[in-house]
Amino acid sequence: MEPRSRSFYLLAAFFGCFVLFLYGPIITIGILSFQGPGGGLTFPMNGVSLHWFYNLFEQQAVGDFWGSFRRSLILGLMVMVTTVALSMMGGLAFRNRFAGANLLFYLVISSLVIPSILISLGVGLIFNIVDWEVHWSTSGFGAQLTWTLPFGILIMFAVFNRFDKAYEEAARDLGASWWQTIRHVVLPIIAPSLIGVALFGFTLSYDEFARTLLTSGSRNTLPLEIFGMTTNVTTPVLYALGTLTTVFSLLIILTFLCVAYWLRRRSQRHGSDAGQGMI
Amino acid sequence: MTAQRLSWLLVLPLTLVLALFLVLPLLTIVVVSFWDYNEWSFFPAFILGNYEYVLTSNVTWATYLKTLKFTLLTWGFCTVIGFTVAYFLAFHVRSLTWQIALFMLCTIPFWTSNIIRMISWIPFLGRNGIANSMLLDMGVIDAPLEWLLFSDFAVVLAFIHLYALFMVVPIFNTMMRIDKSLIEAARDGGASGFQVLTNVILPLTKPGVMIGSIFVVTLVMGDFITVRFMSGGQSASVGRIISNEIALLQYPAAAANAVVLLAAVILMIAIMLRFVDIRKEL
Repeated sequence: MEPRSRSFYLLAAFFGCFVLFLYGPIITIGILSFQGPGGGLTFPMNGVSLHWFYNLFEQQAVGDFWGSFRRSLILGLMVMVTTVALSMMGGLAFRNRFAGANLLFYLVISSLVIPSILISLGVGLIFNIVDWEVHWSTSGFGAQLTWTLPFGILIMFAVFNRFDKAYEEAARDLGASWWQTIRHVVLPIIAPSLIGVALFGFTLSYDEFARTLLTSGSRNTLPLEIFGMTTNVTTPVLYALGTLTTVFSLLIILTFLCVAYWLRRRSQRHGSDAGQGMI
Repeated sequence: MTAQRLSWLLVLPLTLVLALFLVLPLLTIVVVSFWDYNEWSFFPAFILGNYEYVLTSNVTWATYLKTLKFTLLTWGFCTVIGFTVAYFLAFHVRSLTWQIALFMLCTIPFWTSNIIRMISWIPFLGRNGIANSMLLDMGVIDAPLEWLLFSDFAVVLAFIHLYALFMVVPIFNTMMRIDKSLIEAARDGGASGFQVLTNVILPLTKPGVMIGSIFVVTLVMGDFITVRFMSGGQSASVGRIISNEIALLQYPAAAANAVVLLAAVILMIAIMLRFVDIRKEL
């Protein structure tokens, strides 16, 4: 191998700075959430304590934190399941030409790049005009899907662009029905990517703000609750909450990545029968 | 069942969701933008007053200019950072495992909360924050800088912090698909490292840059929350005007503003799409 050039070290330093830029602030509030009871929003640390974490568990201190967390969790799971199912179906459909495919594709792209506040406003208006009450599980759910579905569909596009159709043809030649082919051949192969779609579905919903703002009704989801807190909470309890939900997000990401990795290993193990045939 | 029918059946739920929560809301916004309103309600009518107000108000033009400034600054920094980071990952990191690991390191923040990532700048930029105390200790400044937090500077910084990965990911994706033999050929032909970069890699990366640009531009153009939080409520953006009008229940005015914003965003995307075919890039 060639020796490392000088530009490698320069670029590596730049990359290091970028990572520090990405993670530095969040690590700072991670540290500051352990402020002592008398400490403020900035350094120096006034002792080290779990005071602000305890504070989170006292109802009146931070509003309806647990209620909003529960709502965000349920909504995230709803959005995740729907996104995985609809993206998978969409991905399968788009492999064949069908009338309207182009139009639908451009709708998906529009859904991704449209300013979120327009979705929020439009859905809010519809519910206002027909006099339905906005609720996180109806209008909020639909508004969030317009954000998660494009990611799911685009991932499935990328997956099926690289998918070898020979596997399916082999299954069909052996007499498998359409559903059997999907269930026993396609699904196991694309399973790791579906976990990726699920990760997008859950986390994007769990953290979504702009599209949920006017569509969640009187009961806030967690990001809305946290944003509300920024205007009236001036203690490190805000950091404790930030640290806690970020740790939760990181655990979710780690779990999904591990499952995806495990599925890939598993399919590699079961996917080959080399050396096992009878000679 | 024919293949076409099966496909239609499969995309039916997706189409329904998009029809109900994307197309219908947009149509509603367009319709309502012609409606009239008073202090407590809005009602069907056909007036052009909302548009007249939006298009003739000096505030609108000043706000669009400001929003455009945020967009251009964010876009410029994100492109340079995104390109450099992706270039390092794609061409200077040698093993695939490391490439994936470092790439993941760049994308993980995307799956965490934007609100918290904004809040996390407070201890760094605040009056008594890390940046100010460091600069004071080093003797660069005598008094704490007031414009670090709750300023336009903070807004752009937060935008770059939030959206740089939207550039890194598509650029990295296109760079990974560049045939390495093209680079070897350029080298064999006597090109220097810099010439390879400008004559081979840069042109082939253009689609990735364009996709990233579409993301960054639309996210910044429509933003209202980052501007509000990071400027401490002092700076305006188009999204903020809309959200303020919504808060005042002036829905038809908000709708007219939203239509103008949509037109501006579509125009910018249309220009960028001339340079890239999205479907080929997946």
